[in-house]
Amino acid sequence: MNEIPGDLKFMKSHEWARVEDNGTVTIGISDHAQGLLGDLVYVELPSVGDEVKAGNACAVVESVKAASDVYAPVSGEIVAVNAALADKPETINEDAYGEGWIFVVKPSNIAEESEELLDPDAYAAAIEAEEH
Amino acid sequence: MTQKTVLNDAHRALGAKMVDFGGWDMPLNYGSQIEEHHAVRRDAGMFDVSHMTVVDLHGAKTRAFLRYLLANSIDKLKASGKALYSCMLNEQGGVIDDLIVYFLSEDFFRVVVNAATREKDLAWIEKQAGAFDVKVTERADLAMIAVQGPNARAKVQSLLSDATRAAAAKIGKFVATEGDDLFIARTGYTGEDGYEIIVPESAAVSLWARLKDVGVAPAGLGARDTLRLEAGMNLYGQDMDETITPWEAGLAWTVSLEPGRAFVGRGVLEKQRDDGIKRVLIGLVMDEKGVLRHGQRVVTPQGDGEILSGTFSPTLGKAIAFARVPAGATDGVQVDIRGKLVPVRVVKYPFVRDGQSQIETP
Repeated sequence: MNEIPGDLKFMKSHEWARVEDNGTVTIGISDHAQGLLGDLVYVELPSVGDEVKAGNACAVVESVKAASDVYAPVSGEIVAVNAALADKPETINEDAYGEGWIFVVKPSNIAEESEELLDPDAYAAAIEAEEH
Repeated sequence: MTQKTVLNDAHRALGAKMVDFGGWDMPLNYGSQIEEHHAVRRDAGMFDVSHMTVVDLHGAKTRAFLRYLLANSIDKLKASGKALYSCMLNEQGGVIDDLIVYFLSEDFFRVVVNAATREKDLAWIEKQAGAFDVKVTERADLAMIAVQGPNARAKVQSLLSDATRAAAAKIGKFVATEGDDLFIARTGYTGEDGYEIIVPESAAVSLWARLKDVGVAPAGLGARDTLRLEAGMNLYGQDMDETITPWEAGLAWTVSLEPGRAFVGRGVLEKQRDDGIKRVLIGLVMDEKGVLRHGQRVVTPQGDGEILSGTFSPTLGKAIAFARVPAGATDGVQVDIRGKLVPVRVVKYPFVRDGQSQIETP
């Protein structure tokens, strides 16, 4: 798992979050998660302007195999969604931490909520534990 | 205990993602199941189906036994090598399993049944066979590789001796031949041309490697499922089981009610036909984005039903499904996807045949 970018934070449910320079938070699912799901064929995106709460489901990724909720790592307002995923959901398979981002939140309570998130090493350890 | 086919190490060496399937440790995919699906539709792919159960039936009265055991008529098989798809029913007309039977000689027929139903199938066959003095032999010493796709036959033939190649090239669909210590049947579960090859376990690993060398792509159970559903083929346990008759499973075409043949379940089938069949299996296509899945509620003007097999069709680029619904439901059908009712079209299946979509664009 040495490919996890160091600036990401994770949920145990496999979402990643990256705080951008402008203070917004970009969110996606981990490379490990896309591997578990297999070929993605559909992404149900939230709407820009939606209010989301940390820990609540706000998007769905569907592979041939299964549908999986995507939980918001932080609370706030959706300010962008990756509309390109509508036609190319497989982008998440190909580049989970880059072009495969799903949505961006303008956080409302990040100082507190980010405490709950895992750093890359802790996330790697968590998925290691899950596999054994 | 999880069972392994003789090709298990070969799958792992290819980096397969393995899953439990009916007690067997089998490859789900070798990377991308959609790429494996397309390989079968466009070129040639191969599946390890050694978990399936090969049963040989020997005895002078084997044909009479199969005449009684199967809902389809074994008397359709007149030439050696011919194959027949049939359901094996219980006394209530429910499907114990679906199978393929090959006629080899009057005292030797070969049956291939599903892996997950192995024990109950063998018990049922043994039980019924007694009265006919038929010897039932499970062939656990045999492995099976399905090679499917428009180029599958040519690629297999390139590996055969001259005599076997000539024989394999000549057989029609749903016919088997033998040679090079292989049992080669022009059958499959993908809607493409190809062979299912039964091979001694001791020769299976080398056959798999040689097929790979001639460009046959390994494909896993994930692709096998999307291919068979596109091809409009039922999956036992999902599309039918012991509580479902062939009428209710879209398998009327496999039932032969010719006069004078007593077979297990016939009385119930005739009564159900006369009384009217209340629930039927239909094909669905969803033009909106999303994926149809097993267990989703299907809402029709005639009442609710449910999705049996549902998936994303890589060939169509949209979701397809089999659903069981009240008879008569053809219009105004919707599927409940996470609480939202999404319209779907009722369509004739197969959805895909020989690489081509059979579904009109709306």
